[in-house]
Amino acid sequence: MAESMEQFNEEEMDLELAAPDEEFSEIEEASGETDRNQGAGAPHSIQSSAERMAIIEALIFVSDEPLSARTVADVLKEDSNAIEAAMAELAQEFNARNGGLQLREVAGGWQFATRPEHHEHVRAFLKSRPSAKLSLASLETLAVIAYKQPITIPEILDIRGVQSPSAIKTLLDKRLIVARGRKETVGRPMMYGTSKEFLIQFGLKDLSELPSIEDFQDLAGGSA
Amino acid sequence: MDTSITNEAEESGAAQPAVTEPTGDLASDGSGQDAGVSSTINVAGAAPEIVEDQNTDDLRLILGEFEGPLDLLLHLIRQEQINIYDIPIARITDQYLRYLQAMQEMDIAVAGDFLVMAATLIELKTRMLLPRDPFAELEEEEDPRLDLVNQLLEYQKYKAAAQMLWSRATVERAVFKRAELETDKNNPEVAVGVFDLLRVFNEILARHKEEVLMEIEREEITMAEMLERLRNMVMSAGELNLRTFFERARSRRELVLAFLSVLELVRTTEIRLFQRETFGEIIARVAS
Repeated sequence: MAESMEQFNEEEMDLELAAPDEEFSEIEEASGETDRNQGAGAPHSIQSSAERMAIIEALIFVSDEPLSARTVADVLKEDSNAIEAAMAELAQEFNARNGGLQLREVAGGWQFATRPEHHEHVRAFLKSRPSAKLSLASLETLAVIAYKQPITIPEILDIRGVQSPSAIKTLLDKRLIVARGRKETVGRPMMYGTSKEFLIQFGLKDLSELPSIEDFQDLAGGSA
Repeated sequence: MDTSITNEAEESGAAQPAVTEPTGDLASDGSGQDAGVSSTINVAGAAPEIVEDQNTDDLRLILGEFEGPLDLLLHLIRQEQINIYDIPIARITDQYLRYLQAMQEMDIAVAGDFLVMAATLIELKTRMLLPRDPFAELEEEEDPRLDLVNQLLEYQKYKAAAQMLWSRATVERAVFKRAELETDKNNPEVAVGVFDLLRVFNEILARHKEEVLMEIEREEITMAEMLERLRNMVMSAGELNLRTFFERARSRRELVLAFLSVLELVRTTEIRLFQRETFGEIIARVAS
């Protein structure tokens, strides 16, 4: 057995050495071509606002998470205000089409997503079942954290009038909340706040998009 | 004051304890679509339901959707159409205890939080029954119910906020993002580490230990043969669940060889390992 392993080692070493070289030369070749075409190694500078919007659209498409104006500005080496304006214009133009996709702002960035009204067909195609829902206990806990963050576990339980912190673990497991340092009080308890994942899963641009908690007082207090 | 409270108690004694609807839209919608997820307990009234727990073989009795004592209390207040700022403590306590009793008959585990509230209610009831101190100043004494009312009002806001989150989540669940691209950073196809491999290996090893094997004749397989077997299995199908591969091994030694051959082919980049989901099955694929 040891013999055969050694044998492989030798063969593999050769392969390993050979492979990167090949790749490297290919890349060089490719970039050499662009050099000739564009006269520069870096991507050419953007000529028109239509082109800028088109490029942003492409970047949003390939980005695996909501793409922020700042990230785009860094990549394109342009002013982030200009990019932000271009993104907003792009979104307006794109959404005006009223097609199957929407370009929407979520968790501080832009992303393409399907429109909810087509969910049945999309789901049928993906053969997916509606994903697991949060229990009411978890949602209540999440609501308390979202509005009172950063907040400690005892404070959460106090508002909900329960003693079991199990819902908090669920939320941590689902990465909807994150630890936000410790409270400078006796025992220095851990404080929690909502995560970026929370914004994404609830389709929020940022926390300010949540309705004011006092609005719920009006809704709830009506029982007389 | 004494008499009015007694009346209330009598009234509620005669009233029907039955509650036939769950706490709200949330409850009915939530449990309707996936009962497996809800881990909450409902109380008397809502049609009891016996559900098979998907993880264990236990049967669970789902009674309703009261998230805690405050939730139950709010429900009672709404049902009795009581002004939240002027709760008839005796009547509500009575109703509350009734529910508690029903709950305890069904599921003892819930009682903890609810018992604390029961004690609070009973204490309040007692304090309300005590005659006012005749020598106290004329100024309004603080209502003993104030703390509870404030707690209820505060809780009610977050309960409403939870419903808002719920409806947001429902809409979001109908929105789909694009499928993952090969270039995505968090592409799970690169997520398999040595420890994932070891885990699968250990699982199989443990399973082998349990099986009592009668070795009739020792059939030695060499590392080279094992490598060839793995190659063939991956090549023929394009991709191969490593579990299937490991399970073909008939002895401990063969298993070790199988494991080594996976490591070897990964090292030589002949195959690539990936998972479709975190902690999912490990799949080998011909490296392109």
